[in-house]
Amino acid sequence: MANEKQPVCVSCGAKGPCGGKGLPTLKEGLWTSNPLAIQVLGICSALAVTNRLENSLVMGIALIFVCVGSNLFVSLLRNVTPHRIRMIAEVAIIATFVILFDQFLKAFYWDMSKQLGPYVGLIITNCIVMGRAEAFALQNPPLLSMVDGAANGLGYACVLAVVGFFRELLGTGKVLDMTVLDGKWYKPNQLMILAPGAFFALGIIIAVLNALKGPEAEEKKQ
Amino acid sequence: MSQTSALVILIAAIFTNNILLTNFLGMCSFIACSRQIGTAVGLGTAVTFVMTMTTVLNYAIYHFVLMPHRLAHMTFIVFIAVIAAFVQFVEMFVERFSPRLYFALGIFLPLITVNCAILGASLFMIIRQYNFVQSVGFGFGAGLGWAVAILLMAGLRQKMRYSNIPEPFQGVPIAMVVTGVLAMAFMGFAGMVSIQ
Repeated sequence: MANEKQPVCVSCGAKGPCGGKGLPTLKEGLWTSNPLAIQVLGICSALAVTNRLENSLVMGIALIFVCVGSNLFVSLLRNVTPHRIRMIAEVAIIATFVILFDQFLKAFYWDMSKQLGPYVGLIITNCIVMGRAEAFALQNPPLLSMVDGAANGLGYACVLAVVGFFRELLGTGKVLDMTVLDGKWYKPNQLMILAPGAFFALGIIIAVLNALKGPEAEEKKQ
Repeated sequence: MSQTSALVILIAAIFTNNILLTNFLGMCSFIACSRQIGTAVGLGTAVTFVMTMTTVLNYAIYHFVLMPHRLAHMTFIVFIAVIAAFVQFVEMFVERFSPRLYFALGIFLPLITVNCAILGASLFMIIRQYNFVQSVGFGFGAGLGWAVAILLMAGLRQKMRYSNIPEPFQGVPIAMVVTGVLAMAFMGFAGMVSIQ
């Protein structure tokens, strides 16, 4: 209630103010307007890397890092960036952080870098990062923007971890390479680690979240 | 890899290694713009054209500028800049010389800059170490494959309007599940040709 004067959030439209303090911003990114499950942004990588939980976690960390970094710098430069070229400036900042993370992976975790393939580079075109820079960091001070970046990155990472967990569990019977479902009574369903399984898993998880949120959303409408 | 002919790569990029259904690239615009067949055709055409051209351009830049000067770590930022500049250029060109085409495709062009399939195609081309002819085949095939997928999806979604979908599944979730079924159907092509 304290932040009634805050402007309506650009990205979540009618969902009300989200520029108030750190905590509402955090909740916004993690739950109320989770970038992946609610706004359905950045699903390409969410589908592609979730065949193993480990990959999903690394990808989640990558996105948190890029989101926090790019939000911080976009916000720091927000008063000196000419409006017309702001997009290309944002892309340049994002690409810089993606390159940093990619070089780091290549230097220290070569196997992981190979497994993730082009998807690390594709964070540049991930709508979440760009969306947060455009919708939040351009209007807000640096620290709050960092919180927002972290919240959205975390929200993305959480959904990714859930999808990755179920796909690895059902697809191979393992979690983080440890056998959980014994081969004697559970036969791993290969489909889950193949492409169609990704679509089914994410579709069902979004539907479950919708069902959980359903009553809340309807109450708001009335 | 260097032995595969460009034609095989083209076929494989359309069917067995469809960039959307097996590599999940370009999902955002796929979900958002697949409600109408007309829109799907427009976007599909634009993506095919831009993807072919940018793959070729990026091939040239990577092998003749970045590699000789040991600038491989700059790949991402250069590729995205090339794509953005190319799309901008095409937009101006089309607007000047063919206003009709501009009205048909114009609104899709800005969307394409942020379409991850375009950047993805260029990155795959580098990772799989295609030569020039193979890159042309791959760029064209991947674009065509994306267009085929979004066209099929648009057709399905137009029919889906009349079906009774459970409430939580309405909108995006059912689109995902249908895409999953589509991906399964495309897996039927798997034995035909294969690239890594």
